[in-house]
Amino acid sequence: MSSDHSSPTDDSHNAFITESTVKGDGAGPLADKTIAIKDNISTEGVRTTCGSTMLADYVPPYNATVVDRVFEAGATLVGKANMDEFGMGGTTETSAFGAVENPVDTDHVPGGSSGGSAAAVAAGDADLALGTDTGGSVRNPAAFCGVVGIKPTYGLVSRYGIVAYANSLEQVGPLANTVEEAALLLDVISGPDSRDGTTNDGGADSEYAAAADGDVDGLTVGVITDLIEGADDGVVDVFEDSLDELEAQGAEITEVSLDSLEHAVQAYYVIAMSEASSNLARFDGVRYGPETDADGNWNDTFAAVREEGFGPEVKRRILLGTYALSAGYHDKYYKKAQDARAWVKQDFDAAFEGVDVLASPTMPVTPPALGESLDDPLQLYLMDANTVPVNLANLPAISVPAGDVDGLPVGLQLIGPKFGEETIIRAASAVET
Amino acid sequence: MSDSPVDPEDVRHVAGLARVDLADTEVDEFTEQFADILEYFEALDDVPEVESEPELVNVMRSDEVSEGLTQEEALRNAPETEDGFFKGPTVS
Repeated sequence: MSSDHSSPTDDSHNAFITESTVKGDGAGPLADKTIAIKDNISTEGVRTTCGSTMLADYVPPYNATVVDRVFEAGATLVGKANMDEFGMGGTTETSAFGAVENPVDTDHVPGGSSGGSAAAVAAGDADLALGTDTGGSVRNPAAFCGVVGIKPTYGLVSRYGIVAYANSLEQVGPLANTVEEAALLLDVISGPDSRDGTTNDGGADSEYAAAADGDVDGLTVGVITDLIEGADDGVVDVFEDSLDELEAQGAEITEVSLDSLEHAVQAYYVIAMSEASSNLARFDGVRYGPETDADGNWNDTFAAVREEGFGPEVKRRILLGTYALSAGYHDKYYKKAQDARAWVKQDFDAAFEGVDVLASPTMPVTPPALGESLDDPLQLYLMDANTVPVNLANLPAISVPAGDVDGLPVGLQLIGPKFGEETIIRAASAVET
Repeated sequence: MSDSPVDPEDVRHVAGLARVDLADTEVDEFTEQFADILEYFEALDDVPEVESEPELVNVMRSDEVSEGLTQEEALRNAPETEDGFFKGPTVS
């Protein structure tokens, strides 16, 4: 690999935290492709900030497995993509390195937390991008920026070298302008890794790109009615048009209802915050992190570093997670959330006995205006209603552009059963125009 | 539960457990926001107990020495080191 630190592009949308060119080896399937990599994915010798002051100067001494794989496939890194701090947000406005503009309409957010990854692809600054999806962080910005994003089945892709936020929920996922390109990147990054014990061989000899053949004749699509009720009218109209399109190509459309989904957002946030409170305990300013001149003992110094290094949303989630796990509240919040998670899984399993894929709008709304969403965290959490159930159930899902409302993109989400990547890729390729 | 499940002392207590200093303005803001968010989480009370069998298997490998980070690489990002070690604050 060779690297230089010149600026390869004019980063007018603030999609990148660090612009750096690193060329991959060999002549693999990504030989002529440029790639943006989310800044919570470790890149040897290129700083990896997680969008946080805490890691503003952190330079990893090794590559994440997915980074090794994209370099072996011949891709050229063009930069580390901007993101909500530690992946905590849905608009990329919690980044310590400033908000990202949506290239489709620069007054609006690109979604998040992989907002820089989606914006880089949408703006043409990179052919491909890697993001991470803990509760929708690949699909949300893909929908808002009018590009394709895939959240793989849990364990399909290695998490080695990803800065952990909520281990039991997160997966690395590809973003691209077409379903076939996103599928090709998934072919490259999927497969078991001895350095991540949660990986499986579901994607070992995959041919996902070949599945993007648009053949939906005879496919059964179940519309999740519970995820339509809270969506904006304009979004629902676009969603229904895309279903008509699938039906015209031979798919059968039916309706399903999953009672457990009423509790999915609550369960997701309790679990994600609880895992975050534990994962982010490592940021104590000793092995990495900002230097402070705080006096006092070990605990005082840690608390001062963490006050300085973390932004408000990260503090909010660490504190709420600590609360949910603390004595007297564990059974009330964390245990109940695990019950809800198991219920969501069972509901999906039952639904897939009758349909091949499930469908909903990826996001219930179009991208909010920049600066509009940060005052009310609970409202932001509720925006994740359609994406978080997939993470709770460990399932694969894709967001594919379905149209627009007044020029703002709308995404169609297609959810598959465990290891059903080929089916959702095939269905999504029938929708793209 | 009372009308407001959270008061500023609760926020300070949890912040202490999590080792995060907070400014007074942050305590006030979080007190208000946590009341809203925890009230929303209350709905988890309606979730039934669910029987589930987690898909868990042990993943084992042989205990063989393989190449890892050098000491220098491991220390590269530390704000303070001494004689090849991380240097932390006083314990007591």
